[in-house]
Amino acid sequence: MLALFNYVIAPFVEFAFMQRALAGALMLSVSACPVGVFLMLRRMSLTGDAMAHAILPGAAAGFLLYGLQIVPMTIGGLIAGIAVAIGAGTVARLTIQKEDASMAAFYLISLSLGVLMVSMRGSSVDLMHVLFGTVLALNNDALTLIGLVAALTLGILAIFWRALVAECLDPLFLRSVSRLGSPVHFIFLGLVVVNLVAGFQALGTLLSVGLMILPAAAARFWTQRVEIMCLLAIVLGMLSSVCGLLLSYHASLPSGPAIILSAGVAYLASVVASPRGVLLTRRQRMAHRTA
Amino acid sequence: MSACVTFDDLTLGYNSHPAVHHLNGVVAKGSLTAIVGANGSGKSTLMKGIVGVLRPMAGACKVAPDVSLAYLPQQSELDRSFPARVVDLVTLGLWPRRGLLGRYRSQDRETVTKALSAVGMEGFEKRPIDTLSGGQLQRALFARVLVQDADMILLDEPFNAIDARTITDLIALIKRWHGEKRTIMVVVHDLDLVRQHFPEALLLARQPIAWGDARKTLAPENLLRARQFHEAWDENAPWCAPEKAHNHYNPAHVDSHGHVVHASHNGAA
Repeated sequence: MLALFNYVIAPFVEFAFMQRALAGALMLSVSACPVGVFLMLRRMSLTGDAMAHAILPGAAAGFLLYGLQIVPMTIGGLIAGIAVAIGAGTVARLTIQKEDASMAAFYLISLSLGVLMVSMRGSSVDLMHVLFGTVLALNNDALTLIGLVAALTLGILAIFWRALVAECLDPLFLRSVSRLGSPVHFIFLGLVVVNLVAGFQALGTLLSVGLMILPAAAARFWTQRVEIMCLLAIVLGMLSSVCGLLLSYHASLPSGPAIILSAGVAYLASVVASPRGVLLTRRQRMAHRTA
Repeated sequence: MSACVTFDDLTLGYNSHPAVHHLNGVVAKGSLTAIVGANGSGKSTLMKGIVGVLRPMAGACKVAPDVSLAYLPQQSELDRSFPARVVDLVTLGLWPRRGLLGRYRSQDRETVTKALSAVGMEGFEKRPIDTLSGGQLQRALFARVLVQDADMILLDEPFNAIDARTITDLIALIKRWHGEKRTIMVVVHDLDLVRQHFPEALLLARQPIAWGDARKTLAPENLLRARQFHEAWDENAPWCAPEKAHNHYNPAHVDSHGHVVHASHNGAA
């Protein structure tokens, strides 16, 4: 029992940096995981990845001008992400080109700009920090930002929940009864950007999308209700955060990849063992009911 | 008899090619109209124009101000893999009443349950929508239209790939709505069904061919004229000049209900 305490609880009690890391990761889970559920249900999982790349030039611009500081990098990331989201969304809604193609085009333009800007400064240590983040070095500013983003995300999800579900389930129906269809889509893309920006301090631009998508993709296997799926994704995200931080602490691993890998394990376990996963759906095929 | 929808020289289409060309006329309140025509003749486009998801290229389509609409499109945009139950799908129909934030009340739940039993789907509330058959899904969508409780109901090919018994049930529902003085327009391909159950019909072939009493509209000479239209766009078709538009199509006047059926501007109400 004591060994368990030493292993699981003690690191968080003893070290302030672990407490901050835990608080940041848990708040990110609450905020990003439900967003990830909708991203997945809208078949936009890879859009999340594209957006994560798209915020790079903004973050890089902030970094070039002000160094490694959270406020300018965050604002830069927000501007770049929103510009790409609006550009891609507008092209998709005004032309025959679908959103996957327009999103790919815009994020590639944005990414190449970002790489160009970071390489102008030329220190690879800094680049690694922007790309991979450091959850163990979250300062007060970063925690405040993550907290604000989490509150904003939950508030907007609560207000627009019905429209968001309708837009996913039957977009033409929503357009026939309401004008909210397009606004809700852009509001949702905004949430994706905001959450990615909040995550990149902790997990880096490359991996911040991991905490969004993996718990959501895992939760999809366990339930057929959106509400429960969101709650389950949050729980899985929180568990992954705790496991990842402990793994990182005990095995001296980088924290970001450790958290995302924990979520990856949850995903793979769900693929195999869940009621809608590989094993049980195969077994049910052997027997069938009369009606 | 007051107007529910007024078409005023309405032209709808895509990429400057018309799919509905210079349509004039009035859909009366409380009427039950079948929209008939070949593939590509503009039936679905006309529905989108009335709902307002497609803007007119010319002219106007005016829906009377106090009229609420329910629209059942061809199923293409419904995502059946979305994790929703039948009751969630039908509950969407409460939107006109409750909107984005209105709380659902106990009578709302009753409305949904009643609608499901009216379409013969009691006991299906908790079923995920990806387990429904085509006919069951169509019944559920009719239940959603019931819940919407709209003054005007637009159904786009509701009988596609639906078995005879389900069609009979759905027709009965349409007749019940007709009895409740709602205005109904239905895109139908089965002409016998139209002759049997619909008082009025609009025969489209991009331009209106005939509009009025269903049996007269579907007379052989009108159907022959409708068949002569070319579905394909002519990429190099000449631009439709305003003065030409006045009289290049003349729908048959098969007006037995006393409302205007004209292709020319001058006579339109």
